[in-house]
Amino acid sequence: MDPELSPDQKLFEAAAKDFLDKEYPLDRIRRMDAGAGFDRDWWRRGAELGWTAMLVPEELGGGSVSGEGVRDLALLAEVLGAGVAPGPLLATNTVLAGLVAAHGTGPDHSAAIESLVSGEAVATWAVYEPGRQWAPLEPGLTARPAEGGFRLDGVKDRVEAAGDADLFLVTAATPQGTAQFLVPAATPGVTVERQWSLDLARHHGAVRFDGVRVDEAAMVGRPGAGEVVERQTQVALVIQCAEVCGGLDRVFEMTTQWARDRYTFGRPIASYQALKHRFADMRTWLEACHATTAAAASAVQEGSAGAAEPVSTAKSYVGDRSLAILQDCVQIHGGIGLTWEHDLHLYLRRATSNRSLYGTPQDHRRRLADLASL
Amino acid sequence: MTDGTTESVESFRLRARAWLAANMPRAEESAPAPGDELEAWHRARELQRKLYEGGFAGICYPAEYGGLGLTPAHQRAFTEEADGYEMPLLLNIPTLSICLPTILDMGSEEHKREHIGAVLRGEEVLVQFLSEPSGGSDLAGLLTRAELDGDTWILNGAKTWSSSAYAGDYALCLARTDPTVPKHHGLTMFLMPTKGEGITMNRVAMVDGTAEFCEEFFDNVRLPASAVVGEVNGGWAVATRQLYHERTAMGGGSPYVSGRGFAPSRKLPTPIDVARAAGRAGDPEVRELIGEWLATSTVSGQTAARVTRAIAGGHLPPAAASLMRLMGAEAMRLERDVAMRVAGACAAVAAGDEPGVLGEAGIGYLMRQGSSLGGGSVEMSRNIVSERLLGMPREYAADRGVPFNQVRRGRA
Ligand SMILES: Cc1cc2nc3c(=O)[nH]c(=O)nc-3n(C[C@H](O)[C@H](O)[C@H](O)COP(=O)(O)OP(=O)(O)OC[C@H]3O[C@@H](n4cnc5c(N)ncnc54)[C@H](O)[C@@H]3O)c2cc1C
Repeated sequence: MDPELSPDQKLFEAAAKDFLDKEYPLDRIRRMDAGAGFDRDWWRRGAELGWTAMLVPEELGGGSVSGEGVRDLALLAEVLGAGVAPGPLLATNTVLAGLVAAHGTGPDHSAAIESLVSGEAVATWAVYEPGRQWAPLEPGLTARPAEGGFRLDGVKDRVEAAGDADLFLVTAATPQGTAQFLVPAATPGVTVERQWSLDLARHHGAVRFDGVRVDEAAMVGRPGAGEVVERQTQVALVIQCAEVCGGLDRVFEMTTQWARDRYTFGRPIASYQALKHRFADMRTWLEACHATTAAAASAVQEGSAGAAEPVSTAKSYVGDRSLAILQDCVQIHGGIGLTWEHDLHLYLRRATSNRSLYGTPQDHRRRLADLASL
Repeated sequence: MTDGTTESVESFRLRARAWLAANMPRAEESAPAPGDELEAWHRARELQRKLYEGGFAGICYPAEYGGLGLTPAHQRAFTEEADGYEMPLLLNIPTLSICLPTILDMGSEEHKREHIGAVLRGEEVLVQFLSEPSGGSDLAGLLTRAELDGDTWILNGAKTWSSSAYAGDYALCLARTDPTVPKHHGLTMFLMPTKGEGITMNRVAMVDGTAEFCEEFFDNVRLPASAVVGEVNGGWAVATRQLYHERTAMGGGSPYVSGRGFAPSRKLPTPIDVARAAGRAGDPEVRELIGEWLATSTVSGQTAARVTRAIAGGHLPPAAASLMRLMGAEAMRLERDVAMRVAGACAAVAAGDEPGVLGEAGIGYLMRQGSSLGGGSVEMSRNIVSERLLGMPREYAADRGVPFNQVRRGRA
């Protein structure tokens, strides 16, 4: 819904939309079976359209339509969010953000970057731990130095696309501080267990690391990985918020149309002021969600240093406001809004899931208070 | 600026930074008088004069009338640089961001020559005479009459809620000039001196103890034909422009201001001040509330910037100004709520016999709805968004197409 897109961005947007509508219409999402992941070939073709290249500099095989990768990624996330798309857009791009941010500071991961950009490989960030809230820099999983490398012990959970991932970016505690490791899923000692997910199109798993041996070259950047973790978090949050904005546009449009078509007492429900005023509020919040998401994307585009505040602002606002809008849209639909056959719940699932992951709005509000030096 | 080429925003910004540092007082070093005292207005006029002499007044007003003729981007750069300095914020609303833009859009050449420069030099304050005791939302249903006597207009009636009118020199006053036609077609806008003969002005005490609002009674006030802004009986078109500027200003999106924000008639503590004063800064629940308020006010500013850009670029109709107005009001309500909640029990009873910071949070809460009524109520804005932006059916209006003198009126 950004009115100021360049012609190239519009083409990029349209191509993504066509591809998604053709391959994964909402009906297919609704029927997505609890066991199945996404179609790997579909993802490879998405990668060919540039979905994994945006955060990667050209010398590492990437590139983006406008040259402003984070903004283009947000644009794509809006399109995919409008279709509640499956696939590891957030997972893979978040890992790429970390690999690129750490590039040149530690072991070389350009081969992994290349395989992710091409869509041959899928990666995901293993950051949450069982029973714990968002605390990316306080991992309980340990990486102890052992025989020229490290030995990883611990459990990560709520790992997106865990069952499909070829590579895990694992945030771990080392004697030198928090560090991250890129660990192939096939490494001995790594096991994945499926976890129930609210979002029908997105699956999560718990990943257990039992005495997993990796060599030095698996480390991403250096210990004391705060800035890289921050970058990953910011990119994940921008993707989340943009996805939700795309979904909200679709649902709001669907609901205003419904209000014009649905009649009670001989007039459209859109003619009742009690509902018109709620639509006006929702329209305002929708604009506000877009405004703050765009501001966050621009700030992350410029660099991570000053971006924490606008990013937490966006998550704090969009995280809760999106659900207020969606639930009111359910209410205005009446009973049909609660049925499995209706599309509303697909959006509500995605938005609820995005609200709770990578820090809840409440977590980000406390962070804003920290940033305001209260 | 060199002949005909516009100065770049960056160069303008740097020049503004240096000038501000050399010429304007820092905000923390000055203790401004409350906005409802005349002393504060003298100060504001003085600061505006300084801006004018320094070449930084009226950034988006055309150069031919005394402004700088630059773009909103220049304005934003200046506003950012001016943060932390004492600015003539009292002049922002309604003088600089509502009344003067309306004169620029709709006034005669003579009005523009006479008033734009005078305001920018700090010599004139403008106010709005719109609302009446009988109602503000149904503005076009107002009762104040203006009748022609030869070529002089004679005004009779009453206005109310006119912000800072006691400090004003001129007012935009909407009056009925033809009661025999449907309400919108019989109105005319006048630009009138506020202290002329026949005008009685009183100050209205508000719940927070301020007296910023005024009420006026007109008893055969005489105005020349040249006082008409726009066309005779074309006052609704002028008022529509004025309300557009008002909603833009209330949402924080006006490009016509001197410095950021507007001056409250009573300086209130922010929720952060309240948390510190209450010794509750370490309470996670308090931090969460404050984070929510911080996020919402930031989003309100981001929304105003986005909507203003979209209206300027033709992507949204002017009616979309109501979006930023609604968002601005929401952020203000939340600010008052959070301050009151953080103050806890101390919002109601102070330690001593002065309200103190925490008591101020309680007082601020009493005026919570101010930002949801001023500039037209949020209910009116919601009607505008749903009807004009979303195209939903219009409300039934019993007075549509009915000559005004046959419309039923209330008792209140
Ligand atoms: C801070 C502040 C500054 C102001 N400054 C000025 C000023 O400088 N000059 C000036 O002229 N006025 C000013 N006003 C007045 C303001 O414009 C009016 O208060 C406002 O327009 C509402 O009018 P009213 O108070 O007469 O309420 P009414 O119009 O009587 O409305 C009463 C209530 O009914 C609601 N309502 C009315 N009609 C409808 C409808 N059709 N659908 C749904 N709800 C409806 C309203 O929203 C409101 O909640 C100011 C007010 C404030 C609070």
